[in-house]
Amino acid sequence: MRFRVERDEFTEAVAWTARSLPSRTATAAQQQVLTGLLLDASGPGLVVAAFDYEVAAQAKLEATISEEGRALAPGKMLAEITKQLPAAPVEVWTEGNGLVIACGNARFTLRTMPVEEYPALPPLPPITGYIEGGAFGAAVSQVAVAAGRDDTLPVLTGVRLEIEGDVLTLAATDRYRLAVRTLKWRPESPDAAGVALIPARTLLDTARSLSGGSVEVAIALGTGPSGEALAGFAGNGRQTTTRLVDGQFPPYRKLLPDSCPLIAAVEKAPLLEAVKRVALVAPKTAPVKLAFTEDHLELEAGSNGGEAQASETLPSTYSGPDLAVAFNPAYLQDALNAIDSDQVEFGFASADDAEVAAKKPAILTGKGAGEGEAPDYRYLLMPIQLNG
Amino acid sequence: MTSEAGPMGPMGSDILHVDMDAFFAAVTLLGRPELRGQPVIIGGGPRGVVLSATYEARAYGVHSAMPLARARRLCPSALVLPPERDRYQEVSRRVMAVLRDVTPLVAPLSVDEAFLDVSGARRLFGTPVEIARMIRARVLADEGLTCSVGVAPTMFVAKIASTRCKPDGLLVVPPGDVLAFLHPLPTSALWGVGRATEAALDRLGLRTIGDIADCPLLTLRHALGDAAAQHLHALAHGRDERAVDPDTTEVSVSAEHTLSVDVAEADQLARELLRLSGQVARRLRARGRATRTVGIKIRFADFTTVTRARTLREPTDVSQEIYRTALALFREAGIAGRAVRLVGVRAANLTEAGATGHQLAIDERPAAWSQLDRATDAAGHRFGAGAVAPASLLPRQPPPPRAPKPHNP
Repeated sequence: MRFRVERDEFTEAVAWTARSLPSRTATAAQQQVLTGLLLDASGPGLVVAAFDYEVAAQAKLEATISEEGRALAPGKMLAEITKQLPAAPVEVWTEGNGLVIACGNARFTLRTMPVEEYPALPPLPPITGYIEGGAFGAAVSQVAVAAGRDDTLPVLTGVRLEIEGDVLTLAATDRYRLAVRTLKWRPESPDAAGVALIPARTLLDTARSLSGGSVEVAIALGTGPSGEALAGFAGNGRQTTTRLVDGQFPPYRKLLPDSCPLIAAVEKAPLLEAVKRVALVAPKTAPVKLAFTEDHLELEAGSNGGEAQASETLPSTYSGPDLAVAFNPAYLQDALNAIDSDQVEFGFASADDAEVAAKKPAILTGKGAGEGEAPDYRYLLMPIQLNG
Repeated sequence: MTSEAGPMGPMGSDILHVDMDAFFAAVTLLGRPELRGQPVIIGGGPRGVVLSATYEARAYGVHSAMPLARARRLCPSALVLPPERDRYQEVSRRVMAVLRDVTPLVAPLSVDEAFLDVSGARRLFGTPVEIARMIRARVLADEGLTCSVGVAPTMFVAKIASTRCKPDGLLVVPPGDVLAFLHPLPTSALWGVGRATEAALDRLGLRTIGDIADCPLLTLRHALGDAAAQHLHALAHGRDERAVDPDTTEVSVSAEHTLSVDVAEADQLARELLRLSGQVARRLRARGRATRTVGIKIRFADFTTVTRARTLREPTDVSQEIYRTALALFREAGIAGRAVRLVGVRAANLTEAGATGHQLAIDERPAAWSQLDRATDAAGHRFGAGAVAPASLLPRQPPPPRAPKPHNP
């Protein structure tokens, strides 16, 4: 194998795929080959790949191949080396059991790993449709924030992706909040349909890496070589396939009402700043209290008898009963960061019973959806019930 | 042994761990000066264990908690004296008073050791190093006793430091040196690593604290359970978020019960966990405390013991919540079918109750368990503990009637 590539392209491709390498110590001896990065110059172009049996990442880039072939190089080492290469074209070739990387006056020789033992990478399933990378990345970020991180509830560590014709619906929940985003896309067939539960972290990583420029992202739902359910994402020469999360995502649609009887509207940016400030005195999971009165919102955290206490008042558009509701400040900040609008609306479950409204989920949305039109992003936030 | 930083002392190493040297033995020797320089063991009591020993006796391998018989074999020349608990208490009170002169933030761990947070005492008394020197000088001048002091940015590092500089030492670990200090140490130096945990770590090939720091959390979890893995991993990276809190001298509430006969039946053990969880929760509520870490202890018929613990996402004083966690830990421990001799439930990581509230979940109705507990407590106050109890804790068979009931036609 022998090829010549542009330094920056090579470095980027190696760095991107290297993120999918399994961590060294977690890998059993028989899976040592998975710590390698595959350099596949069977042409056309060069493919750099990493695979940990869950996620396969492949980056394709232009290369001048003078001798076709494949090699498996120690992944972490290769990534470290490419990061530090001088600004000059890179020439890579195999020499016996070694891989030589020459760039400018620098020259490295790495011992290769047995490439014939490397598992076959799952092919991308047939493409289900396309979406603009920036929009997809933003939508995934809005939703993945609500996904669970507790490995004892694996179903909740996934983002549910549902396809219904030209509408994509993404949803995630950790039981304490639920984020749902709908957006348009271009399906291959008008009656495309499907559901996949995708590991949130992988999806977020993938969507972000495909969100630059005007990348067209292909989404592919299907099955892998051994019949396992797979999702694939491709664009800009990058391709990720991942196994899906097993299990049944909670039925969430019934939790989202068509409309809320009581709504408070607040300027988003000042509210986010105020939450950050008052939350400074709330230790860990302690609540921030939101007290809505006619046209005002008072935020409060900490306790009078405790170490510290903070409060701040903001204007709001509200006309309902005096309502005090408590939220986890981190969850509230996540919502405000995710909502793409100058204003945020809190939808409550009851217009006349403040106690009911403070115990039921609040629906946070941005402003701007037309009359009778459901907002494309909704963040359901469960309150904290205060003792006594 | 004394190793110290420069005269200004390091910024950020504000925690002191003060540990009296061979406390019981040293106090006893104050009244028996002729025994100085000789191996002396303080011990006795019903279980016959070493409570304390002079450093001369320790040189023979004697250490506290060792059976007296064994200590005698190791060091036949040692003089064994009975403990003088009242004097230990008295001296301890005076030493703690010296510490409280420096700062109110003193958290005694036992009669002979305490943590101090001296971050607020700099203006009055100087750097932590200067304070440590002053404490050592005052304890020596007032009581004729030596102590060892560890100075570090966190409680557990300060404790390790004091252990490493014993006896009559002062060891300062500046914030930038914490990892370099910790990582070469054996795993057993960490707080919470006993013989069983050490063996489990050893099976993973982890022998130093640095090894733990480099080990993926997932691997640790499989070997030790969630709570212990998180805990050790954080410590190995020098992280310890606990603050010196003079109020948290009570670190845990636990209840355990030795069964009258060994039990293997899961349902019966679950009922025992329910009863113990109720006891622990009731005690928490009576003290106005809530727990974030629930643990269980299971001792089998062959006296081997397993413990498991889990940290909750928010503190609780609700019986049902503690029971649910205890039961989950029991099921996950994979010990079904083994004959059990003793069952225990422990609530640790205590906080003030009512400080945080309860985060509702999408698949949960506002819980009534908490109200049920308050009602049960109130009934207990009026009619005696156990007046109201979960139905599954009622005797399975109705007790035999004392006299045949008159039969009404």
